[in-house]
Amino acid sequence: MAAVAQGTQVATAAGDGPQRRRERTRDGFTPWRWLILILAAIYFLLPLYAALKFAGWGSFGSVVHQSGFGDSLWLSVRLAIITTLITLVLMLPTAVYVHLRLPRLRRLMEGITILPIVIPPVVLIVGLLQIMPGSLKGTPYTLGLIYVVLAMPFAYRSFDAGLRAFDLKTLTEASNSLGAGWPATLWRIVLPNLTTAMLSATVLTVALVLGEYTIASLDLFQTFPVWIVVFDQTSGPESVAASLLALFVTWIFLLAITMAGSRQARRSGRGEVNLFSVSRRDPGRSS
Amino acid sequence: MSVNTAKDAGTAEAGRPNGTGARVSLQNLNRHFGATRALDGLTLEIEPGELVALLGPSGCGKTTALRILAGFEIADSGSVTVDGRDVSGVPAAKRDMGMVFQSYSLFPNMSALDNVAFGLRMRKKGTAERRARAGELLEMVGLADQVQQYPHQLSGGQQQRVALARALAIEPSVLLLDEPLSALDAKVRLQLREQIRALQQRLHTTTLFVTHDQEEALSMADRVGVMRSGKLEQLATPAELYARPATAFVAEFVGTMNRIPGEADGDGRIRVLGSTLPITGDRPDGPLDALIRPEELRIAAAPGGNGIVTIATFLGSITRVHALLSGDVTVQVDVPSTESAALSPGTSVRVTVAEAEVLVTGRQ
Ligand SMILES: Nc1ncnc2c1ncn2[C@@H]1O[C@H](COP(=O)(O)OP(=O)(O)OP(=O)(O)O)[C@@H](O)[C@H]1O
Ligand SMILES: [Mg+2]
Repeated sequence: MAAVAQGTQVATAAGDGPQRRRERTRDGFTPWRWLILILAAIYFLLPLYAALKFAGWGSFGSVVHQSGFGDSLWLSVRLAIITTLITLVLMLPTAVYVHLRLPRLRRLMEGITILPIVIPPVVLIVGLLQIMPGSLKGTPYTLGLIYVVLAMPFAYRSFDAGLRAFDLKTLTEASNSLGAGWPATLWRIVLPNLTTAMLSATVLTVALVLGEYTIASLDLFQTFPVWIVVFDQTSGPESVAASLLALFVTWIFLLAITMAGSRQARRSGRGEVNLFSVSRRDPGRSS
Repeated sequence: MSVNTAKDAGTAEAGRPNGTGARVSLQNLNRHFGATRALDGLTLEIEPGELVALLGPSGCGKTTALRILAGFEIADSGSVTVDGRDVSGVPAAKRDMGMVFQSYSLFPNMSALDNVAFGLRMRKKGTAERRARAGELLEMVGLADQVQQYPHQLSGGQQQRVALARALAIEPSVLLLDEPLSALDAKVRLQLREQIRALQQRLHTTTLFVTHDQEEALSMADRVGVMRSGKLEQLATPAELYARPATAFVAEFVGTMNRIPGEADGDGRIRVLGSTLPITGDRPDGPLDALIRPEELRIAAAPGGNGIVTIATFLGSITRVHALLSGDVTVQVDVPSTESAALSPGTSVRVTVAEAEVLVTGRQ
């Protein structure tokens, strides 16, 4: 992910590089680009089209009235919100602290935070159900806590990339020297410069929660994906309509978040949201 | 603004008006990182309103000293007082010191104006007052037209000027500058150097300026402290430092210095280039080199002399001539350019030395 950010910088530093390269692509390589784009589009859109065809327009109207549709969707949305909040509150200060005070632990943190991806979800849920205190079992918050763990690799990486995109140490010291204590520095300096990273962490967490099936079904909660699978056994076309609906809702959600983030980044000239990397602008052109 | 005003200010200490500047005293500071001794008993006094430059080779502890004064680093032992008050336990946010960093440190999420006003905001000043004061300071650093720009829209030099305005906005008791110009190109650096000095003198702010660029230190500072391995080697006005360096290290670090092998006699004198000169300062054992400035050497074309010209570099009013002496020693000699025509490379010359006290150092 660092490579992305570096790549842009090298390109700008090269001076005449980017422009000339752009011209060359315009002349020679554009047809290839279009071909690849079209192939990819077919690959992704064909199944969608088939699904649409199978479901038929009518099912979109009736699926909303199925029993369980509203409840399971609402549960999923609630879970997405809870998970995102807990993730932000836990991971953001951790990432900032590691960057400022324990930079040598960064490697280790990267290793630890990747664990949830490496460990299969089934192992994770069985282990977690064993040690979970009884009072939490059976509430959907159990699921939220598990999702926090699952979202950790993505969230931590987003914050890590975001923190690397500016000189955190110097900015916090500058803020301190101007009389701002830690709360003010975090609130007025660190957070505003991490909005992009927070957005990308949110995007990834929300997408993960809205699409997660394995753990929810093992933990016996009827989240939206679980409901779709159950419902699928009784009514084919309508369940396909439901999953298409879920897909579009998620897409629109992600698109909105990303666009809001990009607009803000453009205004203050900061990096763009690229989920895993926050590309940094070349600071301080020499006059 | 010129080199001269800086020197004058240094010598005219008694005549300084009463300003807002604080008196800063670093006493016997020690700080180590693992096996590295970053500071080894550093003692430094800065008079109110004075600009002291800390000069020294990389790794000698300049930044560490500055950061201890700022409150970002804690000394293992020793004391830091500002106007007689011990500030060791005071956190950086409460020390009331403005700081300009080597790297760009403007808050990217704020306009130039908001950056400058930030310190005032933290001091709970009203919006109108903040804006007025920040605008005033930006005007002072010549950025009246850039108040609404964001840092990414400013050049490196402009960013450092905003950073300077931001540091001065809080009317700090002490201004700390850690190589603020080193990321800029030569021309901007020169302009900014003069601007910083002019502002500092106008506002009468006690200032510690860290640099490894001797020209910067000599041209800006009232006094320059030369550091070596965590210690202060000499603290003096630029003129004094150049003319009467206390140690061989200072002599070689500040300005250009020739090392010429000589022969010590028994009673504190050294024979070099045919003259016998009194030795000043330390006198190590063993073979000695005399340390002589390029302008203290005389050179004249002379068939069968003691050297040959290898390079002659035209530097405007003077020309710096490199001459190879016997024993494979190269010396640099400054001659007025009007007299340099006869000293083209290959010319046989005689190099002699003006009668004066010299510093000596052990031969390497
Ligand atoms: N946080 C730190 N951890 C470990 N060693 C450090 C730390 N800060 C400084 N040092 C070491 O202490 C010594 C002095 O460092 P310092 O940064 O004060 O030097 P400097 O004079 O500012 O050098 P430069 O001109 O290169 O900036 C160096 O050897 C440096 O490696
Ligand atoms: Mg330094």
